Amino acid sequence: MALAAGPALRQVFGETVAELAREDPRILLLDGDLGSSTGGYIFEAAHPSRYIQSGIAEQNMLAMAAGLATVGYQPYISTFSCFAVARALDSIRVLIAQPALDVKIMGGYAGLLTGMTGKTHQMLDDVAIMRTLPNMTVLAPADQTEAKQAIRAIAGISGPAYMQITREPSDVLFGAGYRFQLGRAVTVHDGCDVTLISTGVQTTRTYQAAEILAGRGIGAAVLHVPTIKPLDEAAVVAAAQASGLVITVEEQSVLGGLGGAVAEVLSDRFPVPVKRLGIRDRYGESGPNEQLLDKYRLSAARVAEDVEDLLRVRGRQKG
Amino acid sequence: MIKAEPDVGDLEATARAVRREIVLSVAHAGGGHVGGPMSAVEILTALYFRVLRIRPAEPGWPDRDRFILSKGHSAIGWYAVLALRGYFPAAELSTFDAIDSRLQGHPDMTLLPGLDMSTGSLGLGLAAGVGVALGAKLGRQDFRTFVMVGDGECNEGVVWESAHVAERYELDNLVVVVDSNQLQQFGWRDPGTGRRLPPYRGSQLRDRWAAFGWRVLEVDGHDIASVIGVLDQASAMQGAPVVVIAETVKGKGVSFMENDYSWHSRVPTPDELRAALDELADPVPPARDPLPPAPELVGRVAPVTADERG
Repeated sequence: MALAAGPALRQVFGETVAELAREDPRILLLDGDLGSSTGGYIFEAAHPSRYIQSGIAEQNMLAMAAGLATVGYQPYISTFSCFAVARALDSIRVLIAQPALDVKIMGGYAGLLTGMTGKTHQMLDDVAIMRTLPNMTVLAPADQTEAKQAIRAIAGISGPAYMQITREPSDVLFGAGYRFQLGRAVTVHDGCDVTLISTGVQTTRTYQAAEILAGRGIGAAVLHVPTIKPLDEAAVVAAAQASGLVITVEEQSVLGGLGGAVAEVLSDRFPVPVKRLGIRDRYGESGPNEQLLDKYRLSAARVAEDVEDLLRVRGRQKG
Repeated sequence: MIKAEPDVGDLEATARAVRREIVLSVAHAGGGHVGGPMSAVEILTALYFRVLRIRPAEPGWPDRDRFILSKGHSAIGWYAVLALRGYFPAAELSTFDAIDSRLQGHPDMTLLPGLDMSTGSLGLGLAAGVGVALGAKLGRQDFRTFVMVGDGECNEGVVWESAHVAERYELDNLVVVVDSNQLQQFGWRDPGTGRRLPPYRGSQLRDRWAAFGWRVLEVDGHDIASVIGVLDQASAMQGAPVVVIAETVKGKGVSFMENDYSWHSRVPTPDELRAALDELADPVPPARDPLPPAPELVGRVAPVTADERG
């Protein structure tokens, strides 16, 4: 079943934080001169005096957010994931994560699809980096319904959080009845031949890959992991126990991200073969979205192909 | 009844006591920084004993003035002043840098009440101070924010990001004090003399702050009365943030430590410690053991749990 098109998470971000700010006077939005791209402009229009412009100065912005958090504010950060995580990592590490201050870092333009900007702006290791910071909660929602609830969930916890926010319209995975729970993974597709574990908007494509596989007689379960830290270890272990083979799929480097987190847990608690699909140990490039997803094998069709190939190899090994 | 403020003579004695605690604590710990804390003593003493609106018995008082030690490696100087001001027992200073201590090598606000920000990576404290001062403006609160940076620290680009933003938001409730001790950890070498050069030449530092739209004041950073005067003057200025460039001497107070970059983070030997304490003695020596026994450790760092051990 094809998924319907939905709005971009950046728009959901701007709208949801603006809405939250109407209820909570502690909320501020700090921008690194990218509000017109990140969805921050929606907040600025609603709450101009609570929109703090740092200019093109991310190290200052993240450390300034820490200062604001010490005097009772809950700052949200509007910039691209590459500039938050790579450029301002020292500010995040020393002033936000170490003192566990209440700053919500919204990593815009996450993943490969950054509007033809190429490798400089494609932060393919933000999850890998952020999940190694003690005290940090790390999220990657799949669609508008989940993103909206996930933003509300992190607003409700006191402490640092990082959330991937994507640029492009993302398909609708969850219905109106969906209830996001922080720290919980959710099965979005059933199947007993193999378990695909996926995160972020990639799950919408992984789900569609499972649909393609179902049409070929292969039952692929899809476990969606919107909270990468703290990881829902019980759900990951249960998924491995159910199928005996786990394939992780992410619009990220295969080094250290969701695949790394899953492999770590399973090697500790229930060792099964784990195959990690995603961007190999390399940087991206600029190009049209469909062609990027095709080349880096993250489209539904490519994921389905790779899963099928892996199962064929595994079948041979078994035989 | 309002307690009378100590006079400057008392504060000079306090500054000597702070310096004794610095050299004792570093010697006791067997590590830490000496030169930077020593240059900052009069400024910290002036702030905590005269300038800041604080309640040492209530370190989380929401209306307190905030202080951020951006040059976090001078932590022992800050701790010594806080202890002598009554934030915690001075005996705890001998736990500086010890395992489980609240007195970490760089300030950790999660451990010790009274620290308004954790610091340690140079350049970031001012950015945090900009956030704090901006927060006060947004909330229409009248507390002031003081940030101490080093002159070497001004090498960090983020200092100037923050200087720009503070000026944009007209943060006249923010005062930066540059502890301008003229020596960074290693710095540039004068090819002729082989001596270490200061981080900035001539008027470069004040010119740069001025170019960023800041009001610039200058003071002898070891003259307590002048330091108090300039900080009060800075607090009263409106419309723009103010920087006070305090000319100081790295290692100030102990002749053989002064102006010698090697004392940035050197530990005094027992002989050097005795000589330092002699130089720092009060004119009428106090009746106390200059080498107090180590008190019990006050453990606050989270223990390593079974789960963390794996």
